[in-house]
Amino acid sequence: MWNGTRLRTWTLPCALLVLLCGADAAADTAVEQAEERAEALGGDPEGAIEEELAVVEERDLASDTVEILNRLATDDLGTIQDAIGEIAVLRDADALPTLLALQDRRLYYTEGGTLIIEDARDRSLREAATGEVREDLKTAELSQPRLTNPIRRLLRPTIGALQIFSDDQVARRAAANELAQRPQPEMREAIVEALEGETNAEIERLLNIALAQLDLDSDDDARRLEAVKTVATVRAGRLRSDLAALTRRDADGEYIEPVAEIRAAAAEGVRAIDNRRRLARIASDFVFGMSMGSVLLLAAMGLAIIFGLMGVINMAHGELLMVGAYTTFMTQALFALWLPQHFNYYLVAAVPLAFLVTGAVGIAMERGVIRFLYDRPLETLLATWGISLILIQSVRWLFGAQNVGVASPTWFSGSVQIMQGVTLSTSRVGVIAFAIFVVALVWILMNRTRLGLEVRAVMQNRDMAAALGVPARRVDMWTFGVGAGVAGLGGVALSQIVNVGPEMGQNYIVDSFMVVVLGGVGNLLGPVFSALGIGVTTKFLEPATGAVLATILVFAAIILFIQWRPQGIFAPKGRSADD
Amino acid sequence: MHSKTTRHALMSAPAFYRAAAGGAMALGLAATSTAQANDPIKVGILHSLSGTMAISETSLRDVALMTIEHINEQGGLLGRELEPVVMDPGSDWPTYAEQAREMLERERVDIIFGSWTSVSREAVLPVLEELNGLMFYPVQYEGEESSRNIFYTGAAPNQQTIPAVEYLMSDVGGGAERFYLVGTDYVFPRTTNRIVRAFLNDQGIPDEDIEEVYTPFGHGDFQTIVDDIGSFAQGGPTAVINTVNGDANVAFYQELANQGIDPIDVPVMATSVGEEELRGMDTGPLTGHLAAWNYFMSINTPENDKFTERWMDYVEDKGLSGGSDRVTNDPMEATHMGIRIWAQAVKQAGTTDVDAVRQAVYGQCVDSPSGFEVCMDEENHHLHKPVIIGEIQPDGQFAPVWETDDVVRAEPWSQYLEGSKNKVANWRYPYVCGDCEEPNHDLGF
Repeated sequence: MWNGTRLRTWTLPCALLVLLCGADAAADTAVEQAEERAEALGGDPEGAIEEELAVVEERDLASDTVEILNRLATDDLGTIQDAIGEIAVLRDADALPTLLALQDRRLYYTEGGTLIIEDARDRSLREAATGEVREDLKTAELSQPRLTNPIRRLLRPTIGALQIFSDDQVARRAAANELAQRPQPEMREAIVEALEGETNAEIERLLNIALAQLDLDSDDDARRLEAVKTVATVRAGRLRSDLAALTRRDADGEYIEPVAEIRAAAAEGVRAIDNRRRLARIASDFVFGMSMGSVLLLAAMGLAIIFGLMGVINMAHGELLMVGAYTTFMTQALFALWLPQHFNYYLVAAVPLAFLVTGAVGIAMERGVIRFLYDRPLETLLATWGISLILIQSVRWLFGAQNVGVASPTWFSGSVQIMQGVTLSTSRVGVIAFAIFVVALVWILMNRTRLGLEVRAVMQNRDMAAALGVPARRVDMWTFGVGAGVAGLGGVALSQIVNVGPEMGQNYIVDSFMVVVLGGVGNLLGPVFSALGIGVTTKFLEPATGAVLATILVFAAIILFIQWRPQGIFAPKGRSADD
Repeated sequence: MHSKTTRHALMSAPAFYRAAAGGAMALGLAATSTAQANDPIKVGILHSLSGTMAISETSLRDVALMTIEHINEQGGLLGRELEPVVMDPGSDWPTYAEQAREMLERERVDIIFGSWTSVSREAVLPVLEELNGLMFYPVQYEGEESSRNIFYTGAAPNQQTIPAVEYLMSDVGGGAERFYLVGTDYVFPRTTNRIVRAFLNDQGIPDEDIEEVYTPFGHGDFQTIVDDIGSFAQGGPTAVINTVNGDANVAFYQELANQGIDPIDVPVMATSVGEEELRGMDTGPLTGHLAAWNYFMSINTPENDKFTERWMDYVEDKGLSGGSDRVTNDPMEATHMGIRIWAQAVKQAGTTDVDAVRQAVYGQCVDSPSGFEVCMDEENHHLHKPVIIGEIQPDGQFAPVWETDDVVRAEPWSQYLEGSKNKVANWRYPYVCGDCEEPNHDLGF
């Protein structure tokens, strides 16, 4: 029996090591495959349409279109801008493949000024005007038209103006969106014409916004008023300066906008935008604070068990987070290798795996070192610090000192608009949800299971619990294992929003202790309140003080708070508070 | 050519005097020089291979070893092999100084290639000056420094940041009128931003159109800052100058994408983000943002083809981690050129003696992978380099969108800062170095 236990204690880390070693070599290629996989899966309908349009086919372009397009074969900013402007007026949809090629840097030209498009699919080179394949040319020997941000600023709405007549509603919608963002005077006709035939309400709304922006300069008072009212309804910050300009006076004290009614409407619009911005500011501070708080909470939850309940000063806590994050990375690599078709769900599998792997590391730590050091906090501190160094160096040895790339699944990338002006990335929304899940999990574990009951019994009165037949030593081991496992779950969450590298845990050790100490040692509700409190406070301070000072102020406030109330926000009550 | 020979003769003078100064010392020197005839030339490589800077500096160690191996394959220098002495200061700044001392005193290296962050360079500097060692520093930096014992092969601010700002203000760059400066809270971003602010003021951009924000090292939560950039950009055409260092950039760019800050409205110009930093980052959302350097891996020149090819072969031969994902970047190019310039100087001087080699380094030129002939300035210990603006591409490479017509001479002391505009850095004898101190080692006269 004794031998058996010992064997079991050692086989787990050994097996883990072998697994990690073996997989390391495969990791590089696996990540590549994973990325390819993710790319293939991420093909949105919008991209598919663009790809369709990007196909260069043998065809005849109208001669004036060819003439204008040929002017793109230059390095000169002004010439290219003029040419794009003329294409917008001409509205020949046949110019689209060339414009898309320009946008994607697939457009080249020969010394003689012939435009060449590199096909997006097979990389073949074709003449833009005729679609003829030119096998005699190499991209390295060709020049590319200049493509900088001012050109893109013109190119995107121009492509929109050409695509607005597409039969596909998604493409039309994207085009209308581009037009609403940056309408150019050349596109007025296209917008007006598109509006007449448009049936979709959302696209119509976008087109009206685009048109209204152009109408702000109109000579017709009624149209101008209408335009100001339309623009004001958007309440987008980027339009504020346009509206504000209408309320100003020129150097002679005359209003730039002669009609008082329009001035009033513009001022009203500016006020509405400002109000919205103020509201968005408060909302975003709060939302960002919750997001930061949930990250802190996930990082600290494991420590709340190990330090909060067991009283073990675990300096290797950050490294347990790191182990969880690396387990996520390994899961991703294994999925890419063996289950590429389910790659998007690797994160779901990573959650239990990270819990088990990190829990196993925790149990190994407890059995190997910490159980000999209970009631000797100083030695525990040093020993766990040593363990943290060992873990960092092992990971560096296994995976290299570089950060590893953990790709977010496609359903986890992107962002969610909470209200106008407040967006939160999907991964951060996911982290908030995951934090709720972990807190619920820990609560159920501690209050609804036999292990939880035994843990609470041992923590409250070890001797009494032991006298009643609770195997205290074994409960210690499992508690530590669960705490480590929960830290591993934190690592999974962190892998989605921060860099995964050997030293990543170091950034969280101080924060984690801060959360647990502030929340009050010995309970699980405390960390929830302290983490969210720290998050929201920091984010409300940050706009005024900057990130560096905000962190310092929050730390200082916590120190003062602990001076005043050493037991933290939630003090343990009852008999367990005696010691 | 004429002036070069005169200077050379003049410059070996101190070495000569010193050799003749004391009998015992002369004997000692003679003893070492006979030993030297067959001994390898020791080359110190002082880059962090562990800790936070390992991400960036490991590649510099690798490229230095590659270049040294290449020189050895061609028969070494002065008929002697080059022997690399690699140390790992572990991203701990005082350790840089300690190990530099160890290299110079115990290992007796003839030259050091090393350091990345400005604090590490500043830690090594007094040791170099005390022991009259020589170091090549390969990273773009904030300037405002000049040492007789360091050659700077990275860019000074007027070879990187200032042209980048000029580009952003130009028509072709988007005509920015407002600038948001975000950086990590340490010496390089703070000094760079001080220079940028002075330059912008000089160009007629008032302080209310400039916002300056700093984050702690390794900052992971850019939500508030990016939100603020969004609001700031509503006041007019805005550009962001990003001096955030290290892997915090990942969080920064991801947040920019999340909050929909589009590079065509608000371009972000990075000064510390290169190919190596983009490796292992999802570059999709970054596409269209900018970086200013003196070299990009994607530059299409025969020299660069040779350089990248040799690098990829070396990576494969040695089985370096990362394999075919490995890239070249600006500091690697600068390290590579630095070693070549030093090797040429040793050949010309016919000795590895620091004082002689230093003089021979002046005016040395190499065909750089950037496609320009790059020369060491005759006076200020900096390279004349081209400035290239690149746009981040989905494949993690940069597409050059703008470059200077010719190489730019470095201004180690910024002409836009009150305290330093009148300073000069001239290390030709007799030395003129603004109001900085004379080298404090014994020159022997």
